[in-house]
Amino acid sequence: MTGYILRRIASTVPVMLIVAALVFLMLRLTPGDPAAIIAGDNANADQIAAIRNRLGLDAPLLLQFFQWLGNLLRGDFGESFYFKKTVAELIASRLEPTLALSVATIVLAVAIAVPLGVLAAYKRGTIIDKIVMGFSVLGFSVPVFVIGYSLIYLFAIQLNWLPVQGYQRIGDGFGGFLQRLLMPALTLSVIYVALIARMTRASVIDVLEEDYIRTARAKGQSELKVLFKHALRNASVPIVTVIGLGIALLIGGVVVTESVFSIPGLGRLTVDAVLARDFPTIQAVILLFSLVYVLVNLAVDVAYTALDPRIRY
Amino acid sequence: MKFWRTGVLAAAVLAASVASASAQKTFKAVMHSDLKIVDPIWTTAYITRNHGYMIYDTLFAMDEKGEIKPQMVEKYDESADKKTFTFTLRDGLLWHDGQPVTAEDCVASIKRWAARDATGQKLMSFVDSMAAKDARTFEVKLKEPTGLLIFGLGKPSSNVPFMMPKRVAETDPNTQISDFTGSGPFVFKKDEWKPGDKAVYVKFDKYKPRSEPPSGLSGGKVVKFDRMEWLAISDHQQAVNSLLAGEIDYIEQPPHDLLPLLKGDVYLNMANPLGNQYTLRPNHLQKPFDNPKVRQALLYALNQKDFLEATIGNAEYYKTCKAMFVCGTALASEKGMEGRLESNFAKAKELLKEANYDGTPIVLLHSTDLQVLTNLGPVAKSLMEKAGFKVDMQSSDWQTVVARRVKKDPASSGGWHAMLTSWVSADILNPVMAGFINSSCEKASFGWPCDAEMEKLRDDFARATDPAKQKEIAEAVQVREAEVVTHIHLGQWYQPAAARKNVAGLLTAPAPVFWNVTK
Repeated sequence: MTGYILRRIASTVPVMLIVAALVFLMLRLTPGDPAAIIAGDNANADQIAAIRNRLGLDAPLLLQFFQWLGNLLRGDFGESFYFKKTVAELIASRLEPTLALSVATIVLAVAIAVPLGVLAAYKRGTIIDKIVMGFSVLGFSVPVFVIGYSLIYLFAIQLNWLPVQGYQRIGDGFGGFLQRLLMPALTLSVIYVALIARMTRASVIDVLEEDYIRTARAKGQSELKVLFKHALRNASVPIVTVIGLGIALLIGGVVVTESVFSIPGLGRLTVDAVLARDFPTIQAVILLFSLVYVLVNLAVDVAYTALDPRIRY
Repeated sequence: MKFWRTGVLAAAVLAASVASASAQKTFKAVMHSDLKIVDPIWTTAYITRNHGYMIYDTLFAMDEKGEIKPQMVEKYDESADKKTFTFTLRDGLLWHDGQPVTAEDCVASIKRWAARDATGQKLMSFVDSMAAKDARTFEVKLKEPTGLLIFGLGKPSSNVPFMMPKRVAETDPNTQISDFTGSGPFVFKKDEWKPGDKAVYVKFDKYKPRSEPPSGLSGGKVVKFDRMEWLAISDHQQAVNSLLAGEIDYIEQPPHDLLPLLKGDVYLNMANPLGNQYTLRPNHLQKPFDNPKVRQALLYALNQKDFLEATIGNAEYYKTCKAMFVCGTALASEKGMEGRLESNFAKAKELLKEANYDGTPIVLLHSTDLQVLTNLGPVAKSLMEKAGFKVDMQSSDWQTVVARRVKKDPASSGGWHAMLTSWVSADILNPVMAGFINSSCEKASFGWPCDAEMEKLRDDFARATDPAKQKEIAEAVQVREAEVVTHIHLGQWYQPAAARKNVAGLLTAPAPVFWNVTK
């Protein structure tokens, strides 16, 4: 197992190098000049050229790339063109909101979707199954921002139960932190609930046909234990896969949700950085997201061995 | 039972909002942009200008009638030959670090401002010497009289000549400052500044306001709350929702299409009566706009109402105005614009024929992500095509337009022929300030008009000290403008701010300011 994990970690290096090269190239090939943005609307060509020179943007592309890579290997992500802070500082300051939102979303999604999926599987063909699957289809059809605005209209404007927007750090009070996190997490979790519920239903239906389920029932196990101790455990591998794959969706969803709810996380930082052509920040954030995605996939693969003892690497 | 107890406890924790009543009164605003750059001399960005008005003060300032009044200056003397000016600062002015404001600080600040600002650069061409005479007095000696000195020192909009401590003002003008000590009514809380999230200001308790009531950007700057937060809410609908829910107190620029939602506990405030001016800028370097007749054809082809209807829509918030130097100001005049800006397509076609326009497609840069600019492009394309132009409208985000418009390459190689933008009226009040009128060829801003007569008129304006003479020259500039067509003004539009009904004291000024405001 240790060898497998080490091999997987080693294989992230070429993956990250390719991502680094791709993102570096893409940024420099797309239209837009960060020097012009920094110089401001009334700058002339000379002022812009001076800024480009100061930022090293007029150096040959290969030289820029290797300089950046070299700094990266030393742990130096560079300085934001726009924010006059180091990229590391910027990312560190934005990590908590995104982590909080992501974790809250996953926890909420799993807590809602898995029981719903199990229920739908158990009540297959009934009205309950149809309702759950109907909501599931809605969940991944309706765009995240539409869900967000609808929840805001209902809970913040009409009922005045929750704030419209904003984020409160956990250190500034847990109550306020939860209050502000609830709606964004709910918004983002909808598509997850849809996906996970469907996968859970499909997997549990398969498992409910197995002999050991009939045996468990014959031995007098309660339906709850049959479903959650025997069926769900054996159906969990594809469910965990979907949860892991959903991280990719989460990254995209976080960008939209943070913008709608004004959460100062990595998603909004990405949007701001892209609009400002802040190359160092965009590069670092994309690398970070890629690394997270790779590591999550590894964690999912390792989790299989805990869920199914038959799986060995 | 255990489950329910836990549930009730969780609900209680959730319900306990941490926004407990604080002794501090905080005013929360959503400004038109997030504050990223905090050097108002290095950049002309309006959000940075607004930040400047919070933490810095100025020697002179414009009142609500548009007149320049002393602000940090207690008095000034002008010699009989109008070439020597002696300024004395008010007593008791302090920097945020507690040190007194001195004349040397002011001299250094003026120099740094003039190095970056077009009006300042023009002013410095008239200045022979500038030096502190004692702690509170400095003297400016001119080579010849100019009306630019007092006006320049009270310039209301970017770049505003904000005063900074000498140590800060001696920063290279092409490098951003990192010390935000000012002498203005608010102190910038750098430790609480989170770009992309919020900027925080607190009241400067040792600020010494003038005794007269506030008027525009001048007068007594009395701050009536303890703390101000500028929140970065990029989603306009969310900003409006937050205002309606009472989570914030003020929105600087709510989009016009959301204004109908702002009722109930919210009101609209027209703080800037001068508004903004839409503009089309042709590229004088590229054929066919290198031919003045083709540019004149454009002036006949376009009209202002179509642009204003398409972008603003509500006639309450726009005004057609043929005066280049803004309706409602001392230099406003329609001289030279007779018959123009009325979509006279026949006249436009005639001029194109005289110019032997060969149907070269006009590359029109169109920005898609700034709500107030988005609809200008399609209107321009439609009117130009009716006049006989062939138009290739190329859409992109605003930052790409900004990057592309400084290119002098041919349009077929990434260059451009025409672009559309908007000016804050406070930036274009006279021929020297109005950047697009600068016709100094290579030294002019993008578009690069080249006309010696226009430059002479601008120099004449800089020399004029008599208001009647200034008006005469401004009219001559406008007449010349109809021949040269450095740019085309497409009407004035107005942007109301929105505030909660418990907010009072918002001032009428060319920039949003928050002294005198109560909640």
